[in-house]
Amino acid sequence: MTAVNLGAEPGRQRALLTPEGVPVRFMVAAGGDRAGAFVLDVLFIVLAVLAFFLSIAFTGMGGDLVGALAFLFWFVATTLYFAAFELSWQGQTPGKRLLKLRVVDAHGGPLTAEAVVARNLMREVELWLPVKVFFGLSFGLALAGGGSWWILGAVIWIFLFSLFPLFNENRLRVGDLVAGTFVIRSPAATLLEDLTAALREKAADYPFTEAQLDVYGAYELQVLESVLRSAGTTGFADQVRTVAEKIRRRVAWEGAVPDDLAFLRAFYAAQRGRLERRMLFGKRRASKHDRS
Amino acid sequence: MTVSLKSAAFRAERETSWRELEALLAAAQGRGIRALSARQLMRLPLLYRATLSSLSVARTISLDQNLLEYLESLASRAYLVVYGARRGLFEVAADFFARRFPRAVRAHLPHVALGAALLVAGGVTGFMLTQRDPDRFYAFVSPALAQGRGPSSSTESLRKVLYSSGEGQLGDQLKTFAMFLFTHNAGIGLLAFAVGFAGGVVSGWLLFDTGLMMGAFAAVYARHGLSFDLWGWLLPHGVTELTAVVLCGAVGMALGQALIFPGQEERLAALARRGREAAVVALGAVALFFVAGLIEGIFRQRVQDPGVRYAVALASAVLLLAYFSLAGRERSAQGARG
Repeated sequence: MTAVNLGAEPGRQRALLTPEGVPVRFMVAAGGDRAGAFVLDVLFIVLAVLAFFLSIAFTGMGGDLVGALAFLFWFVATTLYFAAFELSWQGQTPGKRLLKLRVVDAHGGPLTAEAVVARNLMREVELWLPVKVFFGLSFGLALAGGGSWWILGAVIWIFLFSLFPLFNENRLRVGDLVAGTFVIRSPAATLLEDLTAALREKAADYPFTEAQLDVYGAYELQVLESVLRSAGTTGFADQVRTVAEKIRRRVAWEGAVPDDLAFLRAFYAAQRGRLERRMLFGKRRASKHDRS
Repeated sequence: MTVSLKSAAFRAERETSWRELEALLAAAQGRGIRALSARQLMRLPLLYRATLSSLSVARTISLDQNLLEYLESLASRAYLVVYGARRGLFEVAADFFARRFPRAVRAHLPHVALGAALLVAGGVTGFMLTQRDPDRFYAFVSPALAQGRGPSSSTESLRKVLYSSGEGQLGDQLKTFAMFLFTHNAGIGLLAFAVGFAGGVVSGWLLFDTGLMMGAFAAVYARHGLSFDLWGWLLPHGVTELTAVVLCGAVGMALGQALIFPGQEERLAALARRGREAAVVALGAVALFFVAGLIEGIFRQRVQDPGVRYAVALASAVLLLAYFSLAGRERSAQGARG
């Protein structure tokens, strides 16, 4: 049922103008997807750091070198993980890759190294600073009596910055603003068989008149497409029967219908042919309510 | 139907090239773009443009939702591969230090000058105030940082800190200490950059505050006639570290400037443009912090002679100055021809 998903949320679609002059459409990644990818990435960081600590702890190196390596690895992992992956994986980190997210330039240009670095260094203020304050690691704060207030402040701080993306339509966090990037969801769509391909010869069984084909518009056609493409799911037979019944009534079909599915496929082919021919003459009918 | 659909014929004609592009993209995304052969790399942009043209055509002649969606997705994925960041991490790093970083620093010269001025102003203020009333030291320096040093410390104990070989608690932990200093200082530097987002005032304040603290220390040591020894202790790593601090604070202020005074540009566009430039400087500063941490944590604890300490400070100042003023300059037209 991928057929109508893209149209279902027009509010999240953005078009980038490619250098070739053809706009390409993207979906802005949802807040939940962003959060999920981030949690996965943090998990990977923690696992990597743990694995690293364990592995160097058992190598029998001197305590000094182990300590130095531990500090260095921790810093590199927390500060450079995102930037390094986004640079070498074209805007993806492991978490983003799993959720099919990707960082792109907001104006359609190539994603530059500067932008990647900028958006990820902002995490320092968005996340790591309040986390450090929370655990009393910064400025020796825990030593000063007012520790609890600082911790409360840190929690509010984290909330403000992590909810920031929910208050703008492109789901930008502060790092995205500073770098001029945004995060899109780019799942790979599969090309399914053309529904009109199988039945060209048998189409004469259902000779629709032009008046019958002028009842519906492109929207209804694509809903019908999504119904036909859902073959194999539960309730498919019921759905076909209901839809075929409805269409027959609406277009006043009087011929015999031995097979609902064949009827629907034939209607789809005829309807699409009619609408596409009219499109070639510049008449696009969006839906059945379109009276132009 | 006797007449086949135009959109179906269109699809039959072009489908092979879409499938070929799809296979190329799968290979490029799975094993990296380097896994593609030379022939495949040649095909990639051709197939990408062909698919873009298919997409434009399909939008005007086809109502097959699945086909449109497929082409949208294929074109957008191909676009990301064709125009994505192509270079490896090491190439980027080499280019960064050879050209980008010094150029970005030169581009921010006014901000760097302002940052340095704030630091010096803080230092002079801290020094004068503390000299007039030594107790003000405690207002400028947090107890954690003072480590028991203060106006009431004896000359002997002050001197001891400057020339401790790190034998007590740190004797065998120098590398750890160095890395601790690096991560701590780099964290503060990055913070000075990142809070620039809040208008740049905090970045400037962090610089001034660092100055105040140093001034207060200097005043305490000056009272005991230890100025020469103090700067010998501070400058070998301090030249690099303070440079990094000033750079971070400076680009933080640049970020704030973009937000408050966007000039001709739209506010967010200005922020995005300046943010990218500023991030280059901030990242370079992290590398400087790394070097400073090594000098501070290891070298300073081992080398006691003030003469050597000053020589190192001078050398690092000259090196940094030469690097920032010379590295990454475009060769003159004549030089390039010859």
